[in-house]
Amino acid sequence: MIHFVLLISRQGKVRLTKWYSPYSQKERSKVIRELSGIVLNRGPKLCNFVEWRGHRVVYRRYAGLYFCMCIDEADNELEVLDIIHHFVEILDRYFGSVCELDLIFNFHKAYYILDEVLIAGEFQESSKRTIIRLLSTHDSMVEMAKEEATSIGNMIAQVTK
Amino acid sequence: MNPFSSGTRLRDMIRAIRACKTAAEERAVVRKECAAIRAAINENDQDYRHRNLAKLMFIHMLGYPTHFGQMECLKLIASPGFPEKRIGYLGLMLLLDERQEVLMLVTNSVKQDLNHTNQYIVGLALCALGNICSAEMARDLAPEVERLLQFRDPNIRKKAALCSIRIIKKVPDLAENFINPVAALLKEKHHGVLITGIQLCTDLCKVSPEALEYFRKKCTDGLVRTLRDLVNSPYAPEYDIAGITDPFLHIRLLKLLRVLGQGDADASDAMNDILAQVATKTESNKNAGNAILYECVETIMSIEDNGGLRVLAINILGRFLSNRDNNIRYVALNMLMRAITVDAQAVQRHRSTILECVKDSDASIRKRALELVYLLVNESNVKPLTKELVDYLEVSDQDFKGDLTAKICSIIEKFSPEKIWYIDQMLKVLTEAGNFVKDEVWHALVVVISNASDLHGYTVRALFRALQTTAEQESLVRVAVWCIGEYGDLLVNNAGMLNVEDPITVTESDAVDVVESAIKRHASDLTTKSMALIALLKLSSRFPSCSGRIKDIVVQHKGSLVLELQQRSLEFNSIIEKHQNIRSALVERMPVLDEASFGGRRASSLPNTVSTSNGTAVKLPNGVAKPSAAPLVDLLDLSDDVPAPSSSGGDFLQDLLGVDLAPATQSGTSQAPKAGTDVLLDLLSIGSNPAQDNSVSTPDILSSAQDHKPAIASLDVLAAPSNMMDLLDGFTPAPPKPANNGPAYPSIVAFESSSLRLTFNFSKQPGNPQTTTISGTFTNLSSNVFTDFVFQAAVPKFLQLHLDPASGNSLPASGNGTITQSLKVTNSQHGKKPLVMRLRIAYKVDGKDVLEEGQINNFPRDL
Repeated sequence: MIHFVLLISRQGKVRLTKWYSPYSQKERSKVIRELSGIVLNRGPKLCNFVEWRGHRVVYRRYAGLYFCMCIDEADNELEVLDIIHHFVEILDRYFGSVCELDLIFNFHKAYYILDEVLIAGEFQESSKRTIIRLLSTHDSMVEMAKEEATSIGNMIAQVTK
Repeated sequence: MNPFSSGTRLRDMIRAIRACKTAAEERAVVRKECAAIRAAINENDQDYRHRNLAKLMFIHMLGYPTHFGQMECLKLIASPGFPEKRIGYLGLMLLLDERQEVLMLVTNSVKQDLNHTNQYIVGLALCALGNICSAEMARDLAPEVERLLQFRDPNIRKKAALCSIRIIKKVPDLAENFINPVAALLKEKHHGVLITGIQLCTDLCKVSPEALEYFRKKCTDGLVRTLRDLVNSPYAPEYDIAGITDPFLHIRLLKLLRVLGQGDADASDAMNDILAQVATKTESNKNAGNAILYECVETIMSIEDNGGLRVLAINILGRFLSNRDNNIRYVALNMLMRAITVDAQAVQRHRSTILECVKDSDASIRKRALELVYLLVNESNVKPLTKELVDYLEVSDQDFKGDLTAKICSIIEKFSPEKIWYIDQMLKVLTEAGNFVKDEVWHALVVVISNASDLHGYTVRALFRALQTTAEQESLVRVAVWCIGEYGDLLVNNAGMLNVEDPITVTESDAVDVVESAIKRHASDLTTKSMALIALLKLSSRFPSCSGRIKDIVVQHKGSLVLELQQRSLEFNSIIEKHQNIRSALVERMPVLDEASFGGRRASSLPNTVSTSNGTAVKLPNGVAKPSAAPLVDLLDLSDDVPAPSSSGGDFLQDLLGVDLAPATQSGTSQAPKAGTDVLLDLLSIGSNPAQDNSVSTPDILSSAQDHKPAIASLDVLAAPSNMMDLLDGFTPAPPKPANNGPAYPSIVAFESSSLRLTFNFSKQPGNPQTTTISGTFTNLSSNVFTDFVFQAAVPKFLQLHLDPASGNSLPASGNGTITQSLKVTNSQHGKKPLVMRLRIAYKVDGKDVLEEGQINNFPRDL
């Protein structure tokens, strides 16, 4: 299974963390610090796998962001590379040419998308179309709820004027 | 507008934080926002709860504490609307983890949401449950999740499947409930449901053997069919990645087939064809294809043997290994490690490629390759492999050298065909990377050298040559110094020349030069210098002509600030100057070290028992007297001012080599001199350094020992503890007469058994009330003579004990004679605590060892 997902910028800033195994808050910061050091210092030509503390970390760099996923020894590393790419492509389709700023200002949406790709550290859906469709349904439900709220608010405002 | 509302929108807060130039600015902004959010929480503000939680989550990602927001998550989850629930669940997953008790409060909300009419809300709940539930929650909600495995919407089914995975991992007992629903999932067409269903099936099989049996019988054929359809399916844009339809599904299917086929011939048969098809037809120019091939090879290796398939698999491995892509090579090395158990021959064929990988520029690949090489070593290829590895050692990176050295030493030790090769290789390793070599390793080398008596000359000459070229590696210097000390004469006389050697002329003076430079070297540490000193002592005996020069070198450390060196210097100087007659006997060739016992000693590394002033378990650094040391340890638990033994407590070889790693600071504290053996330990330069006066007294003991040749001879046989006691008991200085001034105290019978009585007489010096001189008298009550009589005593922390040598070591029977021994006890709690002492008496009756122990509690109170 995937134990955690980590997105860090080239400067070491954390953009997204998702933990599928129990790590306490202290352990989490320690992990982030250690891994940032290791991954950010790897040269460009080296392989995308790092052995760390008995686990394997698969990372891939997209522009200024490193996407890291920590897996067990028994998992297929090449597949995880594809999972990362799957996630990035969905982000790209959703935000339309995603850039790091999108992930900063809409971090909660990035989490929603990740939740459609992975649950419990396991892969969930291989069809990008299905995922995008689901996400837009969610978004339209949120829009509807907002409209209802404002319209009720208007009505009450009218009545209580 | 509510004046307390945190008016800033999420976007504005993020912008404000990003605009901060310093950490202090950022902290200020965050603090302000947190205060506003806290106020809003206290006000139970409904309108902005959603926004506040989002802000809180951002702040949490920056690393600030946000536990005050946890209840907000619960409130949001309990809200009726979809957006609130959505952000509430996200907050739950981000701010909490499964170990927090707050999580239990959510169980009810989650349960309701799992039964919600809005399927998207059901999806939210399943997602949160799957990511974060604890074992109790899992147990509570398992029935709901089970039911949802058959929900009408496939998206819910797939989420339920993944949630079930977490449930059975947390509560394996529930696995049986999921078997039937999962069998239905495996027949689905929706890819998402298939993928998750297959994953659930795989985990079920791992957790429950019944499930494994069931699926193996019922579902293997269906799965094979699914895979075949998938492989042969036409282009499907929705699932296509790099020309392959849904590689993720391919890989999950292969994984499940592996689990089902492992250990079962029928199942393995059923899947042979499709595995062959996948292995041959999958394109391997893109990552997706390679991932599938990787999984396929793993499966082929794990299921029951089919010759043709295995050949296919090894071919793929070979291709991967020579691929230029680093990722592929890494993966290939992994596969090869697993393939070794299956077909070692095939893997051996790739040995040269693997060796190339050890030298790769990528650290991950080097590591994998080294481990693989280690697994490949056997008796036939150990020599060329080791040669390659040692050659590489010279050019490898510093951070890799440690690993590499450890592996090389391990290989050499396990597979060395003959001693001379072992010694050669170890010498090369020491020359190249001696600083990375662990202590156990060079200790083992010394053991081997000592056992290879025909190679002594060869070894010492090789070491001498090695030292001429490099003297930077500490371990090399140590081993060389030891060998030159032991076998210096062979070095100079060119004895035992083998025909592979070039002749070399070394004069005695050259040999002494080398050892001298080892001492003078600035980088030499305490161990090396101590070993060098003792080596010089040995050389002074072997090369009498250099004796004077050696004495000058040794004497230079008389004033060393390190107590160990100072002591050695003084003692050895004394031996060289005054005791030439015993010197040669003292430093005779060391007996062959028993490989079995020292090898075993290494394997079971005893815990570090450096004693601090807290009186932790003491391990007597007397490596030779180990059998008797154990009870002595208990005894000495009482007295905790015991100096520290060597820091790697279990390594006797270290002690034997006269190496003591007790830091100098320890000896600063005044030690409670234990029983008389303490002095003897000093003599052999093993172990602790009691106060300075002991070392001065050593020459005296030596001088009186001149009369006791047989006792000295016992030094050569370093095994029997009783012999060492002999040495001590051979000294017969008259016990100091108790001073007869000061108050008189009644004498007591300190110890009495059926065969032995010990009486104590007390006296104190006037003006020194804390110190008592005790004269002990031993009487033999039995009708047998006691020989090799030794008395030892130990006292608690607040007492100091000094034991003088006994008057003799043979106690005639039936009280026809006595042994007297004098003790001096200083009571730092004089007047507050009485004396108490534990004693241990060892002697021989008719050659059989007898041990008596006891505690003396009947000291007069005011001693």
